[in-house]
Amino acid sequence: MSVHVEPVKTYVMVFSALMVLTVATVFVAYFDLGLLNNFVAMGIALTKASLVVLIFMHVRHGSKLTKMIALGGFLWLIFLFLFPLADYDTRGLLGPLGK
Amino acid sequence: MSDHSSSTLAHHFDSHEQQREASTVGMWAFLVTEIMFFGGLFLAYVLYRSRYPQTFADASNHLNVIWGGVNTVVLIASSLTMALAVRAAQLANRKTIVLMLILTLVLGCVFLGIKAVEYKEKFDHHLVPGKNFQYDGANGQKAQIFFSLYFAMTGLHAVHMVIGAGLLIWMIVLAHKGVFTAEYHNHIENVGLYWHFVDIVWIFLFPLLYLLGFHVGH
Repeated sequence: MSVHVEPVKTYVMVFSALMVLTVATVFVAYFDLGLLNNFVAMGIALTKASLVVLIFMHVRHGSKLTKMIALGGFLWLIFLFLFPLADYDTRGLLGPLGK
Repeated sequence: MSDHSSSTLAHHFDSHEQQREASTVGMWAFLVTEIMFFGGLFLAYVLYRSRYPQTFADASNHLNVIWGGVNTVVLIASSLTMALAVRAAQLANRKTIVLMLILTLVLGCVFLGIKAVEYKEKFDHHLVPGKNFQYDGANGQKAQIFFSLYFAMTGLHAVHMVIGAGLLIWMIVLAHKGVFTAEYHNHIENVGLYWHFVDIVWIFLFPLLYLLGFHVGH
């Protein structure tokens, strides 16, 4: 597998998409959508991060091992959030033992 | 095995391709540790914000969205120039590498300059957690948690930017010497990965710190 050289146009298009998404995230923040604000903001941030990882960081044309490690990092980040949040958000649900 | 005659190929690799692959995988393994490093701070943020949502939204409105937004644009632009620098290295185009790296460095310094202006504003307005903290809204104590997280997260991010700027200077020197070839440009590729990673951290920091209470204040 030799080096894959992306055309300059691809990088400029990714940059433009990132700019549009930045404007979108500020625009959406003007409105009070309740909980939806979080989901939209994080959805946009995840989309931007994916564009950077896949194209700027060449993971799209990277080896399987690179893809696996990148995905593994994301997976462990989910674990890092999942277990402490499962603890904090369920505390006090059952009340003291034996009552 | 003509590759073995080349001086840029370490003796324990069969080919440049294998050498690049090992280098990229190693860098990604490092970036995973960085993801977990920042992840801990993001988790602390999520936990406290879920406890005090209103205070966090109010405190967030004390940050300057204009500066934060401009810095987002500056940093994404620096990622573009970094990507173009790595592309130039793949094509062994020495002049373009140096030019793009210098542009990246300048944009990185602009980001840090704006960050310094923002920090000074926070000091002037007594919004730095500690003895001199003064807060005009409700729940000043809890607002200090927000500002502690703000300084910890943007501070750690800024430290990464400073290290990145140092790495860029090193790369500019190497590129100027003509070290990078189409076969051998592992350093610059890895510095690129690092720079883009730092960009991604900011992509999450901007909405989480600056925008969460935006609709309340506007």
